[in-house]
Amino acid sequence: MTVIEVQNLRKAYGDTVAVRDVSFSVERGEIFGILGPNGAGKTTTVECIAGLRTADGGSISVLGRPPSSRELRRLVGVQLQESQLPDKLSGREALELFSSFYPDPADWAGLAHELDVPLGTRYAKMSGGQKQRLSIALALVGNPEIAILDELTTGLDPQARRDTWGLIEAVRERGVTILLVTHFMAEAERLCDRLAVIDRGTVVALDTPAGLIAATSQEQVIRFRPSAEVDPALLEARPEVRRARRQGSQIEVTGTGNLLHAVTSVLAVNDIIANDLRIEQASLDDAFVRLTGRSDSGE
Amino acid sequence: MNVFAKLTLTELRLFLREPMAAFFVIIFPTLLVVILGSIPAFREPSEDLGGGRVIDLYVGIAVVLTLAMVAIQILPSVLATYRERGVLRRYATTPVSPLKLLGAQMVMNLLAAIVATALVLAVGRIAFDVPLPAQFGGFVLTFLLSAVGVLAIGLVVAAVVPTGKAGNSVGTLLFFPLMFFAGLWTPREVMPGALQKVADYTPLGAAERALNDTMTGHWPAAISVTVLFGYVVVFGFLAVRWFRWS
Repeated sequence: MTVIEVQNLRKAYGDTVAVRDVSFSVERGEIFGILGPNGAGKTTTVECIAGLRTADGGSISVLGRPPSSRELRRLVGVQLQESQLPDKLSGREALELFSSFYPDPADWAGLAHELDVPLGTRYAKMSGGQKQRLSIALALVGNPEIAILDELTTGLDPQARRDTWGLIEAVRERGVTILLVTHFMAEAERLCDRLAVIDRGTVVALDTPAGLIAATSQEQVIRFRPSAEVDPALLEARPEVRRARRQGSQIEVTGTGNLLHAVTSVLAVNDIIANDLRIEQASLDDAFVRLTGRSDSGE
Repeated sequence: MNVFAKLTLTELRLFLREPMAAFFVIIFPTLLVVILGSIPAFREPSEDLGGGRVIDLYVGIAVVLTLAMVAIQILPSVLATYRERGVLRRYATTPVSPLKLLGAQMVMNLLAAIVATALVLAVGRIAFDVPLPAQFGGFVLTFLLSAVGVLAIGLVVAAVVPTGKAGNSVGTLLFFPLMFFAGLWTPREVMPGALQKVADYTPLGAAERALNDTMTGHWPAAISVTVLFGYVVVFGFLAVRWFRWS
């Protein structure tokens, strides 16, 4: 069942076109990622979906309603990039106040416990991770069907980032559909069921993380140290192998398809053992570079 | 408790957690009355004032001061900070409109001004025998009309400044000339005629004159009421036109 449907979305600020043509749909219960370099139009896209901006063209439907629908404020929880709270508001006060905004709120104390939100600490005194967790708790306190999380882990240290990922998976377990904006490859690869890669205001790819990697990179590289001399020509005789060559004590094999099987069967026939075998697979990073032509996601 | 009451209570808590702001709004106007009232000459009837006392005038001026503090000093800085830091946008994603937050912030400021004013009147009465407003109904209505007018001005400042810091600076820049015309340094009654005429058309000058009229048992002059209404209408309209949530 589709819960978010975006078709040919377009949004410009004056002469600057932030979103040129974006279409995708999000299914109930999935974690859908929007990945792209800084300035690609990710935040504008989710702000249009969250009803904070009005699109110039195209259509958006969220739970069968237009994004401006008042009802969606109750059904969709939003964690905005760079959206803060008053300095002297404590975690408890923020959660208690926001839970009173909803007709059927979650148990905020339980949520705070689950997310490890410091209740007695004022906002200004919280660490980056604590602020981020409070922000997620506020997005979830209304028991939303959809949570939109924009640049969730930007500014967190690696440990806090990993903790947050675990938390997002726990949220999905509760049946919440998650729309996640990120520019971290590792985050997208770990969390997202499907991804839309946005660049310069258009969707350049839409697939599962594994699908994106497979579609953009055909080559794999296998390296190992053979237990006895092996003639690279033997390996190159296999159709999966494009090239095999000796590098010092190591052999490096480049190829496609089921490369590992091809290499190990040649070695088995010749009674050779592969020591220190390593497979280098393309990562989402490589896929991203191929799709956007940029070496880095912007950080 | 309904959502609006909860929002107002939260805003009130946050206000009280800023000791400087709370001091200048709640305590400072009364402190001014106490200091000026301690000067013996100010407690004597003066011929320049047609037999009135300086301290009688300053109780009215201190009431205007409470309004200037909340509307010109506090409101623009708080609201511009809320916008700058995305607090208003955060509310816009919930079922509660940021308009309610705006309303709660204004009601909280009004409540603070009412408490401060009650304190000024009580201390003036008890310590220095300044009579309570003789035309009490007129005083309340004039106070509310003045409050709405200056809060509208504060909203317009909050609407046009880019940051909370800028809101604070613009508020302070406005505060001094506006309070000058309200007679904080030289009461209207001893201002030169030309200056008086200008003062009558400024928001706090008009408020001071109207409040002083009600304190001495009269209804405010038509011109003061007209000027105050004018500020409510013009600045209310501009605030609605210009206010941005993000």
